[in-house]
Amino acid sequence: MKVTFPHMGNQYVATKTLLEEFGLEIAVPPQCSNDTLSIGTQYSPESICLPLKVNIGNFMETIKQGADTIVFSGSCGPCRFGYYSILEKEILKELGHEMEVILFDPPQGDYKTFINSIFKLAQTKNPIKILNALSRAVRILYQVDALDDAALYKRPRQKQMGEVDLYYDEFHKEVRKVRGYRETSQLIEKTRKQILAIEEDPNREVLKVGIVGEIYTILEPFVNLNVDKKLGEMGVEIERSLKISHWLTEHLFLSPLKLTMEGKTRKAAKPYLKTMIGGHARETIGHSIRYAERGFDGVIQIYPLTCMPEIVAQSIMPTVEKDYNIPYLCLIVDEMTGEAGYTTRLEAFIDLLRRRKEKQENAELLLRY
Amino acid sequence: MQNCYLGIDVGSVSTNIVLMNDDKEILGKIYTKTQGRPIEAIQRGLKEIKKEVNEEIKVKGVGATGSGRNLASMIVGGDVVKNEITAHGIAALNFVDGVKTIIEIGGQDSKIILLRDGIISDFAMNTVCAAGTGSFLDRQAARMDIAIQDFGELALKSENAVRIAGRCAVFAESDMIHKQQLGHNQEDIIKGLCDALVRNFLNNLAKGKEILGPVVFQGGVAANAGIMKSFEEALGQEVFVPPHHEVMGAIGCCLLAKEHAVKNPQTNFKGFDIINSGYNVKGMECKDCSNLCEVIEILRDGTVMARWGDKCGKWNNALKSGVEKLA
Repeated sequence: MKVTFPHMGNQYVATKTLLEEFGLEIAVPPQCSNDTLSIGTQYSPESICLPLKVNIGNFMETIKQGADTIVFSGSCGPCRFGYYSILEKEILKELGHEMEVILFDPPQGDYKTFINSIFKLAQTKNPIKILNALSRAVRILYQVDALDDAALYKRPRQKQMGEVDLYYDEFHKEVRKVRGYRETSQLIEKTRKQILAIEEDPNREVLKVGIVGEIYTILEPFVNLNVDKKLGEMGVEIERSLKISHWLTEHLFLSPLKLTMEGKTRKAAKPYLKTMIGGHARETIGHSIRYAERGFDGVIQIYPLTCMPEIVAQSIMPTVEKDYNIPYLCLIVDEMTGEAGYTTRLEAFIDLLRRRKEKQENAELLLRY
Repeated sequence: MQNCYLGIDVGSVSTNIVLMNDDKEILGKIYTKTQGRPIEAIQRGLKEIKKEVNEEIKVKGVGATGSGRNLASMIVGGDVVKNEITAHGIAALNFVDGVKTIIEIGGQDSKIILLRDGIISDFAMNTVCAAGTGSFLDRQAARMDIAIQDFGELALKSENAVRIAGRCAVFAESDMIHKQQLGHNQEDIIKGLCDALVRNFLNNLAKGKEILGPVVFQGGVAANAGIMKSFEEALGQEVFVPPHHEVMGAIGCCLLAKEHAVKNPQTNFKGFDIINSGYNVKGMECKDCSNLCEVIEILRDGTVMARWGDKCGKWNNALKSGVEKLA
């Protein structure tokens, strides 16, 4: 059994650790690239949303490395993602690859299936061993998210542009070579310290922008054309509304127990969207409002073309923009790799935010005297 | 000898060059087709503008915008590289008093810019769809065998516009063909197309935005009287087309270059000699990692001027100059 899984931002670091701790042989897909996308596009339904195409690309690339088993997470949101695992299995089957799919659907009361898939993957029924591996992987997940936060903080402040990504890119190369919890954890910590030690330019005016939208496109840098790096180098610190560590805690652990961390966000979204309409639409609205309340300079929504929940959210956003007086930009991503148009929009938006802020500060100064 | 500022806007369809003096007077403007060869278009444009201006001039600053702005800046030696939205906003602010809304339709993109109290307060740009841009109109005109210059006038003659689906260029085209085959006359179809384009613009880009007058309509498509009329009908207010509407981006660049020159008197301008240089572009695929970036290398008379396209910056950094990276 050689196990593989699809990419989604930094998640692979944690999944890799989990599978290694189970003692499995694994095939980590190469970093998403144009190749991944062209393979994925070739074999996927034309009008499906982008994440599926990239997933298929990931799988085809690992099948070449000999992978025969896929670990995949199900969905809690009633959107197309819920059917990804089934569709992907069928697509691969048609291409002549009979893959075993081990699916982690959120329990939703049915803990038996959930636990059985864990047994299947762990190849042991020893609960201590399983819990050990799981808790280690979760720790890695939180660690790697903390590393990402450090990069997001440093990017707009670094004196020498590009230094953060020097370490960050190096990390992505190195992490594929290490094995198991201990080494991975040490590597993450080392990189985080390196990034935090980078010299800052104290004179830089850093803007704060919240990124909302569909989780996959927010997290996967290849798909969102490196939005965090682009904005970072324009002097913008970003905060992502969704992170996998959050998602995991929320959906796998809290929500089956009828608990939630998202209460505040949902409450904020309530005047605009009362109920769950699938995907992360409610979170998109709620987080945007909370960013506005926290004094962020702007909000950027990113989603893949044809994503239904986000389309609904997009049509509500102008009202939020007006009510909370926070500039908003919407970016829809698809198979395009030409970055010029994308960069233009980001640049113009950041220009707008800067001029707006300058003006506000001038007005405040005038008021004071 | 006059001090001058050069503004270059390299768009998908046209490359525009404007030469402006210290008093914001336009000494020369060139509107030339890019035809997918931006470097040649820039050289051709510079050559023509040199011919057009007879007096002795001294270029004090250069600004570049448009989707080919980095290329233009590298070739000509730009001092300011700005996105189109800022450039268009600044140009309109200087030429129309108290402008509050700018509608800009170019070759491959369309945008709406809202200005309040003299600064850009909001904007939207078409994201995934090219229906309702200049290239689409160009294509339809060509298909109907009408010169694009006559397109607008024909629309004005229509008495009974046909309804055409405007959301998607593919749908619009097949809708148009079907209506033609039913026997509708050409003017009505063209007017229908103008209405569809405007409807698409307002429903898509201007959704939820407050369109206050004065409204300025600029970009290449503003030359089309049919579209302008459709906008006026849909908005219920007058729409102004400024005299240099097709080169507003380049004018914005001149103004930005002028602003820049106050603080930095030294310009990067390489002189008009570049029109005689031979430029070569070499493309290659970097195989050092799985990104397989398409790296472009630009050579002037055999020496490497710039490289880009690499995600990691390895090729680019190898010959980095002090180009402004921030917007």
